[in-house]
Amino acid sequence: MTRINWFYYAAPARFYGLAGKLVPWCAAAAVVLGLWGLWIGLVVAPTDFQQRDSYRIIFIHVPASWMSMVLYVAMAFWSAIGLIFNARLAAMLAQAIAPTGALMTFLSLWTGALWGKPTWGTWWVWDARLTSELLLLFLYIGYMSLRAAIDDERRADRASAVLAIVGVVNVPIIYFSVQWWNTLHQGASVSVSKAPTMAAIMLQGMLVMALAMWAYAFAVVFARVRLIIREREQGAAWVRELRPAGALP
Amino acid sequence: MTPYWASVSDFLAMGGYGLYVWGSFGVTALALAMELAALRARRRQLEDEA
Repeated sequence: MTRINWFYYAAPARFYGLAGKLVPWCAAAAVVLGLWGLWIGLVVAPTDFQQRDSYRIIFIHVPASWMSMVLYVAMAFWSAIGLIFNARLAAMLAQAIAPTGALMTFLSLWTGALWGKPTWGTWWVWDARLTSELLLLFLYIGYMSLRAAIDDERRADRASAVLAIVGVVNVPIIYFSVQWWNTLHQGASVSVSKAPTMAAIMLQGMLVMALAMWAYAFAVVFARVRLIIREREQGAAWVRELRPAGALP
Repeated sequence: MTPYWASVSDFLAMGGYGLYVWGSFGVTALALAMELAALRARRRQLEDEA
């Protein structure tokens, strides 16, 4: 059994190449899974007997909501690694995750509003689930604002890492909010449908869309971390050597 | 894997929920496209500086 030396890729210069190889594969997976999931969710899956066709928002809403939380945990994790080991690449990964996490959180709230109007009769309600998800958006925005406000990148890494780690307590609050409080928002959605024959195709569509979102997030984060590496390592010899090649790979 | 809809207009109407369903999927597509465009612009800027 060969052991992989994970620290080998802790050097930004080496990870830059690895991420570059991974981006097209992740992007291709996102496109294929996304088209497959959309086909199932919008074209093949039958309508829901209670919510009619408004339920189809689930195919975006649930994957985006999952990603909003998963990406936050990933951002906090890499922030913690960056703080503990004083690792530049980990901090850069956290930095690269934040905009996509904020986007997923926005999409979760947006599609939730468009789903709430026809089913609850309101775009918004100050319910525990919705409020904690809105707080998540503010945490992402706060993280990015704090980074942007500090000129010294390494200081920005440390300050924003503390914010990310403190804010991670909000993620279990979002997840368990529907159990801890009496919310208008429904409980876990994986078992939402009553009719078992419909549940299978709906569940399939939702999981395929979730995988598509994962692949998209990986592709975008890897592409962004490459740009961040280049921006932050501009003085390094290996980055200067990339320049004669002209266009970035 | 056969389509559920009888016609394209049925598909677009989404049983009367077209505004909400297409509002969700459309804005999602737009948001992802904007993120990709922002990444491309950031890459261009790096290439110009180089």
